[in-house]
Order: sequence, then structure tokens, then C-alpha cells
Amino acid sequence: MILLRLLALYLRPYRRATLLLVTLLVAQTAGNLYLPNLNGDIINNGVVVGNLHYILHTGEWMLLLTLVIGLFSVWGIYWASRVAMGAGADIRAALFARVQTFSTRDMNEFGTASLITRNTNDVQQIQIFLQMALTMMVVAPIMGLGGVAMALHEGAKLSTLLLVALPVMGAFLSVVMVKVIPKFRSMQVKIDRLNEVLREQITGVRVIRAFVRNDFEAERFAKANHDLTSTALSVNRIFAMMLPVMMVILNLSSVAVVWFGGRLVSEGSMPIGNLTAFLTYIMQILLSVMMAVMVAILVPRAAASAERVSQVLSTSPVITNPPTPMMVSTRSGEIRFDHVTFAYPGSERAVLEELDFTLRANSTNAIIGGTGSGKSTLFNLIPRFFEATAGHVRVNDVDVRDQNLEDLWSYLGIVPQSAYLFSGTVASNLRFGRADATDQELWHAIEVAQAADFVRAMPGGLDAAIDQGGTNVSGGQRQRLCIARALVKRADAYLFDDCFSALDATTDALLRRALKKEIGAATVVIVAQRVSTIMDADQIIVLDDGRVVGVGTHQELVPTCTTYHEIVVSQLGEDAAR
Amino acid sequence: MSMGMGPMRGAGAAGPVRATKNARVTTRRLVQRLAPERLRLVLALALGVLSVGFVVSGPQILGSATNVLFDGIVSQRLPRGTTPAQAIAQLKATGHSQMASMLAGMHLTPGVGVDITKMGQLLGVAALIYLVGSLFNYLLGFTMAGVTQRVVSTMRRDVETKMSRLPLRYFDSHPHGDVLSRVTNDIDNLTTTIQQGLSQLITSVLTIVGVLGMMIWISPLLALVSVVTIPLALVITTWIAKRSQRHFANQWRSTGSLNGLVEETHTGHELVQVFGRSAATIDEFNVHNRTLYEASFKAQFLSGIIQPSMQFISNINYVAIAVLGGYRVASGLLSLGAVTAFIQYSRQFTMPITQIASQMNMLQSGVASAERVFEFLDADEETPDIAVLTELAAVAEEVDIVSLRHVSFRYDVDEPLIEDFNLNVRSGATIAIVGPTGAGKTTLVNLLVRFYEIDEGSIVLNGVDYRELTRDQVRRTYAMVLQDTWMFSGSIRDNIRYGRPDASDDDVVAAAREARVDAFVRTLPQGYDTILDEDASNMSAGQKQLLTIARAFLADQSILILDEATSNVDTRTEVLIQEAMAELRKGRTSFVIAHRLSTIRDADTIIVMDHGRIVEQGSHDVLMRNQGVYFHLYNSQFAGVAT
Repeated sequence: MILLRLLALYLRPYRRATLLLVTLLVAQTAGNLYLPNLNGDIINNGVVVGNLHYILHTGEWMLLLTLVIGLFSVWGIYWASRVAMGAGADIRAALFARVQTFSTRDMNEFGTASLITRNTNDVQQIQIFLQMALTMMVVAPIMGLGGVAMALHEGAKLSTLLLVALPVMGAFLSVVMVKVIPKFRSMQVKIDRLNEVLREQITGVRVIRAFVRNDFEAERFAKANHDLTSTALSVNRIFAMMLPVMMVILNLSSVAVVWFGGRLVSEGSMPIGNLTAFLTYIMQILLSVMMAVMVAILVPRAAASAERVSQVLSTSPVITNPPTPMMVSTRSGEIRFDHVTFAYPGSERAVLEELDFTLRANSTNAIIGGTGSGKSTLFNLIPRFFEATAGHVRVNDVDVRDQNLEDLWSYLGIVPQSAYLFSGTVASNLRFGRADATDQELWHAIEVAQAADFVRAMPGGLDAAIDQGGTNVSGGQRQRLCIARALVKRADAYLFDDCFSALDATTDALLRRALKKEIGAATVVIVAQRVSTIMDADQIIVLDDGRVVGVGTHQELVPTCTTYHEIVVSQLGEDAAR
Repeated sequence: MSMGMGPMRGAGAAGPVRATKNARVTTRRLVQRLAPERLRLVLALALGVLSVGFVVSGPQILGSATNVLFDGIVSQRLPRGTTPAQAIAQLKATGHSQMASMLAGMHLTPGVGVDITKMGQLLGVAALIYLVGSLFNYLLGFTMAGVTQRVVSTMRRDVETKMSRLPLRYFDSHPHGDVLSRVTNDIDNLTTTIQQGLSQLITSVLTIVGVLGMMIWISPLLALVSVVTIPLALVITTWIAKRSQRHFANQWRSTGSLNGLVEETHTGHELVQVFGRSAATIDEFNVHNRTLYEASFKAQFLSGIIQPSMQFISNINYVAIAVLGGYRVASGLLSLGAVTAFIQYSRQFTMPITQIASQMNMLQSGVASAERVFEFLDADEETPDIAVLTELAAVAEEVDIVSLRHVSFRYDVDEPLIEDFNLNVRSGATIAIVGPTGAGKTTLVNLLVRFYEIDEGSIVLNGVDYRELTRDQVRRTYAMVLQDTWMFSGSIRDNIRYGRPDASDDDVVAAAREARVDAFVRTLPQGYDTILDEDASNMSAGQKQLLTIARAFLADQSILILDEATSNVDTRTEVLIQEAMAELRKGRTSFVIAHRLSTIRDADTIIVMDHGRIVEQGSHDVLMRNQGVYFHLYNSQFAGVAT
């Protein structure tokens, strides 16, 4: 049902084309149905009577009809392809645009991998189904009903045979479908499982070899492979039965037609030519049933895909622009947490509780705490990736909820925890936030980010190619390019989420010094695990279990804040904490 | 990335000649994969011949029945008691020469009606033949289902086995997404091609042969008309396929690039938003989407034409037979039953041709995938392990457990990663390895556990050269905690047990307790039976790290490798882990790559690496006193502390 609704919606722009297509198909099928009739005429009025002229004359007609049918078919295929591929492209575009509006929470709910599959593979399934449906689903019923009508026309008495053949075929097909469809579903699950094992073997290759577990993995795979093979085998064996059984029904019907038809002919109640035509119609009716089956087989897969696509399309983002956005008057860059509490939806326990502090402009603000202390969540509240459950987060003195998201984001320069680069060049990545930045500006940002050495060494410098995700540069280099990217953007506040971790100590130190000089006037927020990265910050906020347990400089916190003291001791040793 | 060069791209670069040659080689290799199923294929072929033979003779018998019918009808009209010859002579005399010649070809018994008994017998035989033919057809399908599933299953197994034989370097130098795509998507695609193609091909070809035989038997002239359709069909199909192939290639290429863009944008979703790139990205998407639309439309349209074209040819054939056949029946050269049978045959004749034509299209994408799969199967494997086993003795105390002697290693010829590396490690010692990014720390670990093979020098483990040991022997002496916290989808218990398969449940819990993860696991509703989903996204990074530590605890090997293992763990847990690690390190040799002072300072030896060499070596105190590289590294890292 979801499939139908989705198709109805996305076929609407192609109403005219679809209408034309259906007309073409009807005409084409009608022509195909009429051909055996002409053949019957040739036998009745030509062969039996010995009228050669009639044979040739009707032959010309048949040829002409054949040509017209051919042209209509090609024309029909043209529109079927246009409509199916067009609707598919529209669905893809709609999905992509919808996901662009999603908030972080929406993304997490679906999962990136799943969204990618929905955007490409699932649409493809729907497209394949649509292409088949547009040609076969229209033709099959017309051909079937037309065949029945023509058969009735040729010999009403003989048509009673259909009353036997069709139900037998219908019964057989429904049994097959009932058996096959659940197996099809389970086969899909097993394909997924097999691919999952393979994916794990690729990503875990080091661990598998380190622990010498190749045999275990081989066994795991063999099991998944065996599962899939046996299900696929039983599905294919059922299918192996389908065609022969259909053929038997079809052929026995032909035999019955000659038997009963022969008696009618010998009684003189039916001309012999009609018998030949009748045979062809029977064949066509049964063929149309098989066509319908071929489309029907595609339905469960397409329906599942349509459901997954519709889920995305019907999700409205959790976080949207306010109806009446407020303008920011002063762009100081200051970020204020005003009694902010945050809990994940549906969770009783707050991840962050009663946070109240100001991340000041003109200074470096650090946030430190262990895993699970809520650092990253706190970080995500600033660009409104997440939304505070209670309290206010203010950027440039205006609550983030009252600002247009695009405006809010334009104030912020963000370097996320996972250093992610887009495929393209070094320059195209750095210009990500400001398309019109000059090469000079790019080089400046690169120098500040301590990336000049390796960018210069890369073939092509600024134009050096970057692979997707930035996999062709090392982790540390990636982090530095991400920092440079944020610098090029020129923001009021810069947020660094634990993005110095892959840097060695010397580079880390140099980078922090350069950053201070470069963006000292803005608000700098650094989230870190390593004390060494943040201990010279102007203000350190210590988080523990979602609460602020200390605010101050390194010197102030070491003697007063137990949590901070513990962190320092564990990372730097007793000496440093004295 | 050069390895992304699929056959499609190759075709664009080196021209269609190379692509065709490759396709031919690939097809031959695919056929070779059927070799183990030889006997079954022969059986299938026999079943196919039987099935086609029976089914094909059906219309002929049905035609005979029609003849009996027609004979009877005509006979009825002739005056009783005359001989057929008399009747014909009479017709000639009355000027019905045409009618007369038609009757000359019939078996007439003037004055007698339709021989119902004879017709009934013939129809009975036809029904029986159809039933038996279909039975054989079913047996053929049944056999082929087994053949294809075994072939495909073996191919999947080969790919998996291949993965375990590939050197680690292969995985490091090829994007995981591409490897994955080869072993999943391409195999899936190939499976579909083989499944649908192979079994249909047998019946299609046999049917063409059988039907053609019957047609020639009935009327060589009419058969000639039908045979003309074969080259016609061939010409049209190749003409279309040649054009559609280009668009198919385009379609898959743009599907690939669109997929890439979507993956990239979704992965960097927040960046796209924060950097204000949503609109620009949507524009870019639309451009790709449009290209894909155009390419897929053309591919679909062109390949879609094949069906109506064949139908057109089939219809022309039908008309030609109806006219010519009618003409010949009227001339008495052919019986009506024969024409009826012939029309049925001609329908059966064009159907397999159409099928083969559309399979050719499908085959094209199948071969493209096969080429990528074979490319994977052909990749260079690890050098085979040594055949003669050398036993590793138990580790004695106070000996060099690991020695690296003049070890060199490089990816590229001009870029040494490790050069002339020398190191002796006493059993029980803790070795801390420090140095800037790219100094070769991770490479050193890769060499130690023999993920990579050294180019020069030797590594000696407990007195035995690595080259005299199998890889598994080497790896069984190490327990590792790696940077990536890989878990397979299974229970927490099984994931910890990954370190030692024969460990009891109690051992697992004990290891978890040592790694300080037991308490956390117990808070989970299913405890140790909690199933970790793909990528273990239901656990935090720190918790996953703890599990990998538990895994290493359980493995209980004599040498430990900790590759920045604790950088993700909660500060407090970390303190406990440091203690536990110290405990674990007791009596064991350990290599630690860490930025942490505590581990570094406790180490027996600190190795400072740069550009693949050891630049300094010694204990913390010694190195500080030397005021060398380590001294500066240490001071810059903790620059703020002194002030």
C-alpha cells in the first residue's frame, strides 16, 4: 500500500506521459490480439476455399498491423523508460534534499549507512519494479481479458475450457507464491548476514590475524554461506517447478482445445480456422498470467524498499528554524550556557545537568573530562545539533533556538572529533566554508594549522587530490587540514572537539601557539582528553558525569578540583600535579 | 586510486578491443568454474534433450490430429463410394483445379466423417508426451538449481578464503568500500547472472535446435523462412547491445559517483550544514542525478527495444508462414495440420531467441562483475608459510626474547619506512616506543606480529628466526590491544573469548574483571549475552576499548603489544587499567606505543623513533640527562607544567 501511495505521488508529474503510455500499450495489445483472428480468416476464407488472392490480401494487412504494433511498442518503451527513470530520479532528489534538513538526532536515528542504502539501492528497487509494472502490469490484464474476449468470440462453447484451465493455474500460482514469498524475505536477510560477515572480516583483518582466528572466521562464513545457499536452493527448486507446470497446463489446454474443438468442427458448429486461432488465444491468456507473476515476484522487494524510502520522506526534522528568527545585534562570539540540562529523548537520566558558564570571547576556553562525562554532548548543543532539554544556550547573546540555523552556523567555525575531508583537492576542502577565499588566505590558514610542510610536499600543493574521507593523508595531517578549513571560514567562535589527538606533542604545542596568535580575539573552545593540550587555556571547565565540577585555570584547578587533580596525575604523573 | 579501474573504465581508456578480449577471457574463466559440475551438466544436457525432444514433438502430433479432423471434414463433403482419385479427377473436370491439387495431398475416405477414435488416440499421445516432457524439464531445472547454487557458493567461499591469504598490505592499500563491493555487490550480481542465465541458456539453445529440426522435417521451405529470422535477430540484437552497453556502463558509473556523493555528504552531514554547503551540495547532487537519469533512461530504452524488435520479427515470421503456408496448403503441397503445427513451432522458435537476446544484455553486467571478482582472486598472496615446523621452546628468563637485526622495510623502493633497525628485547622488559607521527611506530608493530614481511635483516623470536616459523606461531606469542576496537556481531562473551576460544565462562568473567569492564557488562540487561550490533554502535568507545583489553587479558600470551591502547578510556578507569596493566606486564615482555607519561616513565627501555630509525634509546632518567630528542619531546609536550 505504501508502495502504491509513493508511486501515485511521484507519478503525478508524469500523468500525461503515463496516460499516453497506457494508450499505446492498449493499442499494441489489441493489435497482438487481432493478429490470430486474421490468421484464422486466412485459413477459413483462404486456405479452405482455396482463395489465393484472399490469402495475399490478408497477409498484407497482417504485415501492416505488425509494423504498427512494433512502432507502438517502441514508443511505449520510450515513455515507460522516461517515466520510470524520471520518477526514480525525482524520488532520489526528494530523499537527498530531505536528509539535508535532518538534525544530528535524525541522522543518528536512521544511521548513515542506512540512509545511503535508502537513497540509492532502495530507489533502484522501486525503479526496476516501476519499469516492469509500467510495461507488463498494463499489458498482462489487457492481454488476459482481451484473450478471453477473443476466445469467446471465436467459440463460446469452447471457452468453457478456460473455466477449468484458469482456476487450476491460479491455484497453482497462489500455492507457489505463498511458499516463495516468505523464502524470498528470508533469503534477503541471509544475503545481508553474509555480507555482514564479510564486512567484519575486512574491517577486522588485523584483530583476526593477531589472534589467529582465521579458522573461526572461515567457519562463521561457511555457516552463513550454507544458510544462504540452502534457502536459495529451495527457492530455485520451487521456481524450477513453476515453468514446467505452467507449460503442462498450457499444453494440455491445447490438447483439450483440439479434442473438444475438433468435435465442434466435425459437427459443423465451428469453422476449422477458429480452432487454430483459439489455440493462439489460449496461449496468450496463459502468457499474460505468467507476465503478471513476474511482476508479482518483484512486489515484496519493492514494497519493502518503498516503506524504507517513505520513512525518510515522512520524517520531519526534529530541529527546525524558528517561525520568527531573531537577529543578532553584536557579534562578540560569546557563548553562554544558562542553566542547561540535557537528556536524550526517552531517557530519564540527564547527560548534562544545570550547566551554567560563559565561554568568553578573546580567550581560550577548554572543556575536559573523562569518557562519558558529556563533553561531546555539550559541544553539540552549541550549533544546535542537539537541543537543550532545559535552560538556554546563547550564541552572540541570542538563544540558539531563536536564530535561523544558517545564521547561527555562519558564526561558528567547527572542527569535529572525526577529522573528515571531502573528495576533491586540498583547496576545494579549505574553501568549503568560504568559496571565494584567495590562495593566499588558504596558505595562511595552512601555515597556522602547521600543515604547510606536508601540503607543500604533496604533488600539486593546493591542488593535490584528496580522497573521500581524506584517507590518503595521515590522521594527524587530516586533523590539521580540518583546522585550516575552519580557519578559512572566519568565524566568531571556533570549536575544536578533541581534534589534536592524532598530533604528536611537538606539533600540538606549535599549533596551539599559532592558533592563539591567529584567532585569539575570537572565542576559542577546545574539548580535549589530554591535559597537555589545554593546560595553558584561560579557562578550563572540568566535567564529570554531566556536571561542572570545576572552573578556572590550570593553576587554580590543580589544588582545588579533585577530578582535575586525578586527571593530571594519571596523565602527567605526580610531579606535574604539585 | 588505481585499483578502482573496473572493466568499464578500462574499456574507455584502451578501446573496445581490449574490453572484448578481457570479456572473452573472463567468460572462459567463468565457464571453467563449471568444470567440477561436469557430470551433472551432462545429466542436465541429457534431460534437456529429452525434455525438448518431447515438448517439441507435441505440436507435430497435435498437427496430425488437426489433419485427421480436416481430412474428415473434406471427406464428408465428397460423395460416398468414390475413391479419392475419382473425386480429384471430378474436381479437375469441373474447373476446380486448385481445390483438386489441395486434396491430392490429403488422406481422404470420401463420404466418411471425422475419425474421432484416431483423433482421440493422437491427442492422448500428445498429452502424454507433454506431461513427460515437462517432467524432464522439471528435473532439468531441479538439477541446474543445484549446479548453479554450488558454483556460486564455491565462488563465495573462494573469495573468503582469498581474503585470509591476502597480505595485510592489500587491505591497507585498497579502500575497504571497494573490496567490500567486490566481495558482496559484484558476487551478488554474478550470482543472479549465473542463476538465471545458465539454466535458461541450456533450454533456449536446445529448443532452438529441436524446433528447427522439426520445422525442417515438416517443410524445408517454411523452415528456411524462419531461419532467416535468426541472423536478422542477431543483427538487431548486436546493433542494440553495442549501443546499450555504452549507456549501461554510463549508468553504473554515474550510479557509482552518485553513491559516492551521497555517502560522502551523509557522512559529513554536520560539516555540510555548519559550513553552509547544503544548497551547493543539493545542486551538485542534482547534476549527478540528472546524468544518471539520462544514462539509465537511454540504457533502459535501448535494451527495452530488444523485446518489441524480436516481437516484430516474430510477427513478420508469423505472417510469412501464414501466407506462404496457406498458399502451399491451397496448392496441396502441405497439409493444414502441418501449417498449424508450423505456426506453433515458429512461436516456440522466436521465444528462445528473444530470451537469449535479453540474456546477452544481462550477461554484460555479469561479466563486468566477474572481471572485478577475478581481479580480486588474482591478487598476490602472502608467501606460503614454511612447511617444516620448528618448535618454539618455552621462554627462559633473562634471555633476548625478541631481536631485530638490521631490519629494513619499505612500501616503495625509494621510501624506506624502517631502516637498519636493531633492537634486543630481554624477556620481561617493557619497551616504550615514542616519536612523531609517521616515525614508523605502527610499522614496527606490523613487522613484529608479521603483518608485513621484512625486506632485509632478520627478526628472531626466542632464538628462532621468523622465517623458520609459521605466521600463526609468531602471532600466538603476542597479545595485542590495537587502536581500532573491532568487535564482531555476536555476544560480549564471545567477543572476549575471541582471545582464547577454549576459555571457560569463568575465565571470560575473570578477564573482564581484570579489565574493569565486568561491572559495566553486568548493568546491561542481557549481561554477557548482550549482542553487539554491527560496528558495536551500542557501546561507547571507552567501553569497547575495555572489551578489547579484556580480550587481550584472556589471550594470556608471553608478549604484549599495546598500541595507544588506553587513549580512549575514561580517566578514572584508566587509573585502574594502568595498575592492571602493570600487573599483567609482570613477567611478560611488552611493547607500548603511548603518549602517556606514566607508561613511558615506568618503561625499562624507551625507544625514540624518527624516520624509521632509532634515534635514542635508554631509560627515562638516562634520556633526560642526555638532553637529546627525548628531552625536547618531553618538554614540549608538557610545556605548561614547568611554569
